[in-house]
Amino acid sequence: MLKINQLHKSYPIGDSSLHVLKGIDLSVDEGEMVAIMGSSGSGKSTLLNIIGMLDEADTGDYILDGLPIKNLTEKKAAVYRNKFLGFIFQSFNLINYKNAIENVALPLYYQGIKRKERIEKAKFHLEKVGLLDWADHLPKELSGGQKQRVAIARALAANPKLLLADEPTGALDTKTSHEIMAFIQSLNDEGKTILMVTHEEDIANMCKRIVRLRDGVIMEDKKVTQVRAEQYV
Amino acid sequence: MFDLDLWREIFQSINMNRTRSVLSGFTVAFAILLFAILFGIANGLQNTFNDQFVDDANNSIFIRSGFTSKAHKGFQAGRKIQFENKDYNFVKEEYNDDIEYLTARVYKSLNASYKGEQNTYDVRAVHPDHQFLERTIVKEGRYINFNDIKNLSKVVVVGRLVEEDLYKKTTALGKYINLSGIQYKIVGVFEDEGGDYEERRIYMPITTAQNIYGNNNYIDEINLTYNPEMSSDEALAFGNKMLAKLKDRFSVANTDQRAIRIWNMAQGTKQVDIMTSSLTVIILIIGLGTLIAGIVGISNIMIFIVKERTKEIGIRKALGASPRSIVSIILIESVIITAIAGYIGLLAGVGVLELVGPSLETYFIKDPGVSTSLVFGATITLIVAGTIAGYLPAKKASQIKPIVALRND
Repeated sequence: MLKINQLHKSYPIGDSSLHVLKGIDLSVDEGEMVAIMGSSGSGKSTLLNIIGMLDEADTGDYILDGLPIKNLTEKKAAVYRNKFLGFIFQSFNLINYKNAIENVALPLYYQGIKRKERIEKAKFHLEKVGLLDWADHLPKELSGGQKQRVAIARALAANPKLLLADEPTGALDTKTSHEIMAFIQSLNDEGKTILMVTHEEDIANMCKRIVRLRDGVIMEDKKVTQVRAEQYV
Repeated sequence: MFDLDLWREIFQSINMNRTRSVLSGFTVAFAILLFAILFGIANGLQNTFNDQFVDDANNSIFIRSGFTSKAHKGFQAGRKIQFENKDYNFVKEEYNDDIEYLTARVYKSLNASYKGEQNTYDVRAVHPDHQFLERTIVKEGRYINFNDIKNLSKVVVVGRLVEEDLYKKTTALGKYINLSGIQYKIVGVFEDEGGDYEERRIYMPITTAQNIYGNNNYIDEINLTYNPEMSSDEALAFGNKMLAKLKDRFSVANTDQRAIRIWNMAQGTKQVDIMTSSLTVIILIIGLGTLIAGIVGISNIMIFIVKERTKEIGIRKALGASPRSIVSIILIESVIITAIAGYIGLLAGVGVLELVGPSLETYFIKDPGVSTSLVFGATITLIVAGTIAGYLPAKKASQIKPIVALRND
């Protein structure tokens, strides 16, 4: 599904440069649920951004579903992001003047799908996250957990191959975090491949595999026994 | 290519961010409003200038004679110069190409009466061309024509107020009028925009007057209009040339200011021309200034909008928006706001002019107004300029990196 080879990335800081990723090798199979852990500055977010095509590596190979991701034009990157990837953010990143269903339908708009069909699909995904009754509500009228569920529905709308989550529970209380994790686990149960950045051990343990980064290199990469989130709900 | 969804996106963005839209529109509306008002006032001033000449044709030249003030060629000073028909003919033949209309004038003041009503009026004995020189409007009947001149017809054309004075509520046309004992037939009634004074006059054929009142060929004044294609400078030169020729003809010293005098409207026209053109320049400068202010306003607001929407743009890009769709969404939004606001400003400006226009006449501003085409032109210029000014911010927006935009605050 995803294969990364000797990935390097550095950022210029004044005259010198900061070497953030120092040769990452990672491969993720379909249906996996991987947590990327590390303290701040370990390079975990940079790695996720490169995987998400929001940033580009300096050297190294990145192959997504058999497609080499390299030297993409902005336009091409936009198409790939739309087709292959679904994003879930810590701060939800919903568009504040669009209601729930319009937010969910937005990736479909960029796919050029007709309005009627967009709304149908968006409804389906909103129902899946249990928020169909809230379709006409603006983000500010929703709770944190509801917002994140709308964001998940939006990430799912374009039926992406890979879900990328950047601290998806970072802005939520424990109870809501567990609800969201339970939902993400159920998505994985259905076969979605999920990659998640987190710095919380208990959230990481709800994945099936933990990759630990420190100072730009992978320190540890191990499979874990998944802790089911439902038991806390 | 009409993309309904794109427009839907844009209208939602405008509608859901009303404060932002109204604020950005305000600058444009205000710029157009100011532009319309200033332009309207300038137009009003120009109208006033043009109006000063509505009475007579503004390319007229009047030539009158008097007494010599200098001795010349053996003649003593104090000699009377008298124009006659042959002088009229001389001017006519000599300057035929440069003259549009030509007439001679004889002035009389006669007592007019009809059925017991009577009054004293200025009578002008003229050639047919006089109608065009004086901008006389024939209300009923006809003006003096060449047959009248040839036949020494006893016909007159009377002013509207003469008809009112003497004929009360009936028409004067076809009736007779007694001028100092001689009966004339009224063949026409005229109006004149020059005022009441002008409408208390009576016109008769010049030959008739010469024959009846003195039996001579005397002329009091020669009036003409120069070829309207002449510039005011050319017209002034033409007048001076003609004056020199006439002075020579009557053996008058070239420096004699009193023997033959000329009034050339080109003098005034030239001043009005200068006035109008400097007014136009001022209007242009003001207009350009207002437009530039509007453009700068739009540009500033666009930069602000892009800043405010950074996060939204980042989200859209993460979800698969192409750079081009970002550019178009921002540009079109600004163009729509500019167009609507510009139109509102235009309506407001025209409204203000309509409202206060009539009360401005005391300040030499008559019928202030703006040609719609001009303001539409200005609005289109604003939109085009807004697009150009907005393109850089929009382009910048399209280059926003989603990771930067989405970085947790």
